[in-house]
Amino acid sequence: MSESSANPRKHYGRRLDIKHGQVDMAHGSGGRAMAQLIEELFARYLGNEYLAQGDDGALLPHPGVGKLVMATDSHVVSPLFFPGGDIGALSVHGTINDVAMMGAKPLWLSAGFIIEEGFKLADLARIVQSMAAAAKAAGVPVVTGDTKVVERGKGDGVFITTTGVGVVAPGRELSGRSARPGDVILVSGTLGDHGMAIMTVRQGLGFESPIISDTAALHGLVEAMRACGADIHVLRDPTRGGLATTLNEIARQSGVGMMLQEKALPVTPAVNAACEFLGLDPLYVANEGKLVAICAEQDAEKLLAAMRAHPLGAAAAIVGTVHADEQNFVQMTTGFGGRRIVDWLSSEQLPRIC
Amino acid sequence: MKYIDEFRDGEVAKCLAEAIRREANPAQSYHFMEFCGGHTHAISRYGVTDLLPANVRMIHGPGCPVCVLPIGRIDQAIRLALEQGVTLCTYGDCLRVPASDGLSLMKAKARGGDIRMVYSSADAVTLAQKNPDKQVVFFAIGFETTTPPTAVAIRQAAALGLKNFSVLCCHVLTPPAIAAILASPEVGQEGAVRLDGFIGPAHVSTIIGSRPYECFAEEYRKPVVIAGFEPLDVMQAIKMLIRQVNEGRADVENEFSRAVDREGNKKAQQLTAEVFEMRESFEWRGLNVIPNSALRIRRQFAEFDAEKRFSVGYRSVSDHQGCECGAILRGIKRPQDCKIFGTVCTPENPIGSCMVSSEGACAAHYTYGRYKDV
Repeated sequence: MSESSANPRKHYGRRLDIKHGQVDMAHGSGGRAMAQLIEELFARYLGNEYLAQGDDGALLPHPGVGKLVMATDSHVVSPLFFPGGDIGALSVHGTINDVAMMGAKPLWLSAGFIIEEGFKLADLARIVQSMAAAAKAAGVPVVTGDTKVVERGKGDGVFITTTGVGVVAPGRELSGRSARPGDVILVSGTLGDHGMAIMTVRQGLGFESPIISDTAALHGLVEAMRACGADIHVLRDPTRGGLATTLNEIARQSGVGMMLQEKALPVTPAVNAACEFLGLDPLYVANEGKLVAICAEQDAEKLLAAMRAHPLGAAAAIVGTVHADEQNFVQMTTGFGGRRIVDWLSSEQLPRIC
Repeated sequence: MKYIDEFRDGEVAKCLAEAIRREANPAQSYHFMEFCGGHTHAISRYGVTDLLPANVRMIHGPGCPVCVLPIGRIDQAIRLALEQGVTLCTYGDCLRVPASDGLSLMKAKARGGDIRMVYSSADAVTLAQKNPDKQVVFFAIGFETTTPPTAVAIRQAAALGLKNFSVLCCHVLTPPAIAAILASPEVGQEGAVRLDGFIGPAHVSTIIGSRPYECFAEEYRKPVVIAGFEPLDVMQAIKMLIRQVNEGRADVENEFSRAVDREGNKKAQQLTAEVFEMRESFEWRGLNVIPNSALRIRRQFAEFDAEKRFSVGYRSVSDHQGCECGAILRGIKRPQDCKIFGTVCTPENPIGSCMVSSEGACAAHYTYGRYKDV
């Protein structure tokens, strides 16, 4: 998620009411309310040339050859254990992915734990073991860390913040600002698996075939994609806020519009059914092991083939195109034959009533 | 997904669009109101209007449960949470509806109110069972579809002898709202708003049946076609309405025959009648006070009535001055006709209720269709 977007937006309707307002859940949902909080508060006071890049990680000068990439991500998932993963593996994958989306090779991680008094050590051990396994599999070690304990009731079990550092060779940097009219939009696989895995556990919905989180480290896939020689302009992982929010961020950063084809969007029948049941839209549901790639038109098929040849990109698909649009709208041709906007997520995605 | 994909098929939509074009007389225009927010949402989400000829215009109606809730009702719920310290449960959409003093239930939650989103009224009962030291209030909103589950919750609470569960009942009725629109000066004989027919509710009609609409069709000479919430249902209903207009008929027809019959769900009706009775009058957002248009809890179940258990009298509060939700809910104005639409009033900072739920006319147009205004 773009934590450092400093692009001035024309308006959010109303400015943040710093004097009287309070943080509500919408400010953490990855949608427009969060983008506004980042712009009008974090970027306003902490702003600098690196933060202003507005990507999921910062591209930093490197004393040697190439550039450093640094990215950070806090994990507050509830429940801590879910089908397909847990907060430990998630915290490793999430940050590795943020570094990888910048075109960099992830090298090291740090991990900060905020643990609630009374949290079971056995659960903590499970989480740490899962982190270790994920870090080992990815070849990215956790090299430094921090531990804090807060009183009972002041945390939700455990929160984990990880920071990742990587290096990118000269000329290989990627940014959300590089989408151009004519480019093609690809996704690496089915949408909404992580979010719906969490949601079905939270709501206690027992489906016949459980939905499994897609949490995975994507730097291997990225390497394979770059090795095919395609002219990749943008990579990003559509986590919180889903594909819709990620594409809106990129459209705004690059100053372009996008047109998606609803029929081309890969969604598993189980996720589709669960979304239908809860009144949610899979376009807005979180992914933790998928990426969006935007590349030059002539390389789209080559890139698609490279993605499909990798186990984490087997269900990759071309889902849309980039065009010039001053309004930076992300639109979609519906499977029904109509056209509509695919807007930023506003607030949290709430179930509809009837 | 079986039984869903069939009703969203783009190829069938193309054929139906062609049939509508053939059916519609190019020399005249057709103005139909979809009463339900569910239809509004389907029309916007699937881009149904893109498939309609230019002389067929859809007008969004007031059938969005959170859109018609007046500020005063949300204020009551907020007062219960902040002043009386109850645990207030409600359906998701309700959390963001603007209330007095710049508050909403979501903002009241950030101020420390114990406000929870639930998926069903049964979850609220369970919450009360699990927290015997807390007063749990279910803020019950919605049309006839959500009323039977509230009745079940109250009966269940009575059977369990729960002393810490009550309901703030704001359930409203569909037929009086349709009647209020038809009887309004704007829509009446000399009125400025033309209305040639209605797409009748889907889920509401599964409960009340198609019979209650017969009097409108007859008295006001307006055709009604009850339709399901899938986009092909809506298109088929439009075609049926055009045919009725062309033939000079004003009948109640049922496109949603896979779920709706003339009599409705008798069991649900009995359950509702057992627990609820008619309120003499109820204030709606946009439609003002409508007599016999909402329900309250019967005396027999009075101990579960939050309005009786806690002292939260109803105070009417006027809408924001610039907000046109009232006129939009009556079909007199379109969202883009409102001066604050998309500028002061956005989904992040809704000023009026129609900007809240994706079933609300303003939110649907902002979220899915505002590229047309550029």
